[in-house]
Amino acid sequence: MTNNQPLISVKDLAKSYKMGEMEFYAIKGVSLDIEKGAFAAIMGPSGSGKSTFMNILGCLDYPTKGSYFLDGSDVLKLSKNELAELRNRKIGFIFQSFNILARTSAIENVELPMLYNNSVTSKEGKVKAFNALKSVGLAERANHLPSQLSGGQQQRVAIARSLVNDPLVIMADEPTGNLDTRSSYEIMEIFQQLNDKGITIVMVTHELDIAQFARTNIMFRDGQIVSNSVVKDRKIASVELSKLPVVNPTEVLT
Amino acid sequence: MRIVNLLKIAYRSLIKNKLRVLLTMLGIIIGVASVIAMLAIGQGSKQNIQASVASLGTNSVMIYPGSSTQGGVRMGAGSYSTLTKKDADAIVAKCEYVTDVSPVVQKSSQVIAGNQNWHTMVVGGLTQYFSIRNLTIGKGNMFSASDERTAAKVCVIGLTVSENLFGVNGDPVGQFIRINSIPFKVIGVLERKGQNSFGQDQDDIIIAPFSTVQKRMLSTIYLNSILASATSENDVDKAKEQITSIMRVQHKLTPANEDDFTVRSQADIANIFGSISKIMTILLACIAGISLIVGGIGIMNIMLVSVTERTREIGIRMAVGAKGRDVLIQFMIESVVISVLGGVIGIILGILVSFLVGKFGGWPVVITGTSIVLSFAFSSAVGIFFGWYPARKAASLNPIDALRYE
Ligand SMILES: Nc1ncnc2c1ncn2[C@@H]1O[C@H](COP(=O)(O)OP(=O)(O)O)[C@@H](O)[C@H]1O
Ligand SMILES: [Mg+2]
Repeated sequence: MTNNQPLISVKDLAKSYKMGEMEFYAIKGVSLDIEKGAFAAIMGPSGSGKSTFMNILGCLDYPTKGSYFLDGSDVLKLSKNELAELRNRKIGFIFQSFNILARTSAIENVELPMLYNNSVTSKEGKVKAFNALKSVGLAERANHLPSQLSGGQQQRVAIARSLVNDPLVIMADEPTGNLDTRSSYEIMEIFQQLNDKGITIVMVTHELDIAQFARTNIMFRDGQIVSNSVVKDRKIASVELSKLPVVNPTEVLT
Repeated sequence: MRIVNLLKIAYRSLIKNKLRVLLTMLGIIIGVASVIAMLAIGQGSKQNIQASVASLGTNSVMIYPGSSTQGGVRMGAGSYSTLTKKDADAIVAKCEYVTDVSPVVQKSSQVIAGNQNWHTMVVGGLTQYFSIRNLTIGKGNMFSASDERTAAKVCVIGLTVSENLFGVNGDPVGQFIRINSIPFKVIGVLERKGQNSFGQDQDDIIIAPFSTVQKRMLSTIYLNSILASATSENDVDKAKEQITSIMRVQHKLTPANEDDFTVRSQADIANIFGSISKIMTILLACIAGISLIVGGIGIMNIMLVSVTERTREIGIRMAVGAKGRDVLIQFMIESVVISVLGGVIGIILGILVSFLVGKFGGWPVVITGTSIVLSFAFSSAVGIFFGWYPARKAASLNPIDALRYE
């Protein structure tokens, strides 16, 4: 595990789905390195394999072929339990549909990853969970249930949850896909703050303006990477937020 | 540390899904409680029958008028008039396997003492009647052979009759009662015997000398029955055979004729009652079994209905780092808590229901350990299995497949 090694390194990665007799390749040989501290946005049309790729990067799914190294370890050689540990300690995954536990308060949702982490005591867990919620601006909503939170707030709970075990990388699959512009920019503000602190971020989005908050943009088409470029006029979320028209309170509620 | 966390996870999951937990528990509670109550009632009646059969004396043999095969069903005693005192005398004279024999006549009558009245069964029998039926005198005396000879107007009364005519603390011995307007002197009170297996009060009886009841009250030569006791329990069958042949000679029956009487031993009656209570126990067990299955299906439904939600939940947990066995242990703890809690509530409820049935239904109940263990084990097994099985399936999926589950 040397320092100049990329955090994420995939080679010739492919993933096929069996549809009856047919074998359909959603990813067709993808090679990609992502350095520590990167903020990469994966773009591409719907159905181009972004989610499939992301799920494999997040160790939620297996590729059919290829190799995948994360922080120096050969992910595809790990057992299920080792993968669980990897997801717990090194990866924070954020879904488009939030995927937080229903009927469970914000703070308990954020505590969840630490309940599966032996090195965190229950007291520490509470404090860390609260701090994570505070960092996404939800300190006052700690005891609210998901049903009492807006979409943007629910996604921020999910972000707090992804942060809480101090991961090396945050992976987000269309984190702003279900959100309005203001909430989206707020999420990007959090991401940029985290990235400035050194956390690597890989994010899928199909919205151009969202991709411009990242440092690099990776284009997917038909299960392959077609380009990987540095963002030229990178947007700063705090600035963009201040440019947004002031919304009336009824709009905030929706 | 790890297990503490898992307990915490399970606890949170349980209190957050109160309705589901409650409905699952309800299935277990109903299953367990009904099995315990049903089997308690069945077992109670069985033991009660055994006890009352034993209290009647295992040696006794009864002869009723009319054939047991006529029309398939024997009519009530007294429906046929074929037995006479001569038959009883013949049995005494000729049967070597009986010790005591008593002809029996009986009539349901209105009884008056002072300003109180009561309706009860008045039985006329010999002094032997008491020993055959295991009756003992609690207060006063039994009537004597000379009372029988003179058809004396004396009687022995049961405690229920005594309490209704003379009050709970009254002393009836030496007092007079009027049975169908005939004055009788009460010379004794029977020891308490309680209810028999049909819930019949065995203390609601008046016993007077045979000749008194026969001549003064009924003026008939026919008997309701003849009671006898065999020399020993082993001789009961021989006594029955011998009595049958003596009776056939007495009634001058040819081989072509059917018996015009029925000889039954206490054991026969015990068997009949035994099979009745067995049928009842089976019936109750069926009802209990059905409610157990219904309860089980209830548990199953709730568990299976929540599979989608729970599979997603498992997906979320695995996405944030839960291992398959963490998920399984969590679900195991949940199911065990639900099953054990439901089982314990079911046991308490079952015992309570049995107790109430016993108290207010006048029905004897005996709660057996087997029914508790059986119902508890079955319901818990169903609860745990249907909590564990979908969880095991979900935990073996890739996190992403669990999250996508529909
Ligand atoms: N579980 C699956 N089974 C079969 N086909 C799938 C499955 N998941 C995705 N696909 C297919 O793989 C392709 C890529 O899907 P996805 O990675 O979700 O695309 P994107 O996220 O870029 O919209 C699509 O054509 C989709 O239909
Ligand atoms: Mg997608």
